[in-house]
Amino acid sequence: MASKTANQSTVPFADAPINQSLTAGDKIELLRQMVRIRRFEQTSLKHYHNDSIGGFLHLYIGQESVAVGSISLLGENDHVITAYRDHGHALAVGMGMNECMAELFGKATGCSKGKGGSMHYFAPDKNYWGGHGIVGGQTPLGAGLAFGVKYKGLKGCCLCYLGDGAINQGAFHEALNLASLWSLPVIYIIENNGYSMGTSQARSSAFPKEGLAARAEGYNMDWDKIDGVSLYEIRAGVQKAVERAHEHCRPTIIEILTYRHKGHSVADANAEKYRTKEEIQEYMNKHDPIEFWKNTLIGEGVISEDDYKAINKEAGAEADAAAEFAIKSPYPDESAIFDDIYWEVDNNTEAGRTGRHFFHG
Amino acid sequence: MPREITYREALREGLDEELAHDDNVIIIGEEVAEYNGAYKVTEGLWKKWGDKRIIDAPISEAGFIGMGIGASMLGIRPVMELMFFSFAYVAFDQMMNNAATCRYMSGGLINVPIVVRGPANGGTNVGATHSHTPENIFANMPGLKVVTPSNPYDAKGLIKSAIRDNDPVYFMESTVLYGMTGTVPSNDEIEGGELLVPIGKASVKREGTDLTFIAHGRAVVTCLAAAEILAEKHNINAEVLDLRSIRPLDEEAIMASVRKTHRAICVEENKPFCGVGAQISSMIMEQAFDDLDAPVLRITSADAPAFYSPPIEKLQLPSPDEIVERALSIC
Repeated sequence: MASKTANQSTVPFADAPINQSLTAGDKIELLRQMVRIRRFEQTSLKHYHNDSIGGFLHLYIGQESVAVGSISLLGENDHVITAYRDHGHALAVGMGMNECMAELFGKATGCSKGKGGSMHYFAPDKNYWGGHGIVGGQTPLGAGLAFGVKYKGLKGCCLCYLGDGAINQGAFHEALNLASLWSLPVIYIIENNGYSMGTSQARSSAFPKEGLAARAEGYNMDWDKIDGVSLYEIRAGVQKAVERAHEHCRPTIIEILTYRHKGHSVADANAEKYRTKEEIQEYMNKHDPIEFWKNTLIGEGVISEDDYKAINKEAGAEADAAAEFAIKSPYPDESAIFDDIYWEVDNNTEAGRTGRHFFHG
Repeated sequence: MPREITYREALREGLDEELAHDDNVIIIGEEVAEYNGAYKVTEGLWKKWGDKRIIDAPISEAGFIGMGIGASMLGIRPVMELMFFSFAYVAFDQMMNNAATCRYMSGGLINVPIVVRGPANGGTNVGATHSHTPENIFANMPGLKVVTPSNPYDAKGLIKSAIRDNDPVYFMESTVLYGMTGTVPSNDEIEGGELLVPIGKASVKREGTDLTFIAHGRAVVTCLAAAEILAEKHNINAEVLDLRSIRPLDEEAIMASVRKTHRAICVEENKPFCGVGAQISSMIMEQAFDDLDAPVLRITSADAPAFYSPPIEKLQLPSPDEIVERALSIC
């Protein structure tokens, strides 16, 4: 029976077994990952403003706990796919700042050799399948990754992230139907930052009073709603879905309430028009996941304020070094234009050598 | 023993052999399993291979084709049936963005070994929505391959190659051709034990000396009929070149034939604007201009949505008579 689960629990999230198993070192590492994402984003913003980075830049600042908390639960047969606000997930799966920053700068040393840009990071060796630019377009792919895991008889799942603005795309609903109908181990995580670009949730989505994820009931699927400020709550909630996927091969939709401190992208000129300054300030002051986790760890005696400062400083230096790496890296060679289009051509197979594949000039 | 089988049976044999060849090959589509296929291409395969390999999909093309693309990234080799290729338009984002560009945008880290197959033809009185011929549209996208078999032999050999290909292949068949019979050797007659037709290699279906018809899919059959009329009634010996695939394209075979006959007519059931023939006539003009004794002509379907009324729809598509008439204008 489809049902909401985690929030009805009265057990404090810190006491959930998955959180009890965290060592002090693990907790510090989670903090470090969130801080690294923030410093990476701040550094990329600086270089976007000095015209070193083209196109769009969708920053993850304010939402770091979602990627870090949920991805921290995954094992070797679990996969990740997300939309265009993808830097946080990339760092959380273990991609390096250098390759990620160089991609923003359009350099040959970028994770996609400069071909994808901000919205299209990939690292299949880390089970990270992008980085997708079309809103909701990745949601059937997430079902497919889960299908692949199940077909191969592996105990695994796919975390497929989407924004609250993506939940009205038809492809998402088709994916939900398939996920439930075929019992696919996929977990759709709606990162609800309240705005689909400049349109508030109230003006863009019709949904039950319980929340966006409650739409799952129409697909006979389990769902949950989580306050994203707390890593403990995210880990406790998402872990239930991971276990459901691993043990019962069933999908889940989870809505995680979060907030982006910046605009939809850096090009969003109205970021302080469709939201009040007071609202933004309220979230930055009282609901910042990094501040919340830092204070939690200080309260637990795991770290001191000075430890936090050191982590922050170290992450800032890492981001600066990544920018330096990106600046010093070469742009792709023009000859790269026709690489990475056809596997058969790239690998110079008989199929790749048969017939004309390209028609320019 | 040479055997005669239908285009439909040839496709089925190819699918069946590839299901046996590779455990990662699966078939997904509407009515492909328990119903045995809307056009019976997959008849008997579910009974033989079971629920895991042959999967009935809900009417949800964007969902199940996108799902197949995701699965293919993990090494599954899904063969997705579109009941009509016209339904590709409801899966367009998945087929154009995700299948075609993930490899590029990942800098070559990903490949998408998926086949999307189904009939792409007019002429069956089902109205415009079910009569689209999108080979030019999909061939426009680098990263995709478009294959258009015109007969049972090629249908079997090409579907097997398409499934083994490591790039996305959109395989466009014809409901009009499903019942067509043709000679397809059994595997024990073939060196290597199986029939594989390479993608990107055209085939001369009729040798000729006076002009070349360049065609794909069912238009090849129409051209062969026109060539017979030209030979019998007008003493004109036409060559018929079957492209077999639109992308990759066998440019060498096109130019070799044009240099031999010095006249070319591109014939297709596609629409004229930016059609396959537009691309090919431009290439001929650039590469074989001095070999031409006449302008390159194009014969396409009428530049209008498919007409329902059966006698009128027939007039929209290239016919042997139209092809003969246009051929006589340049010979």
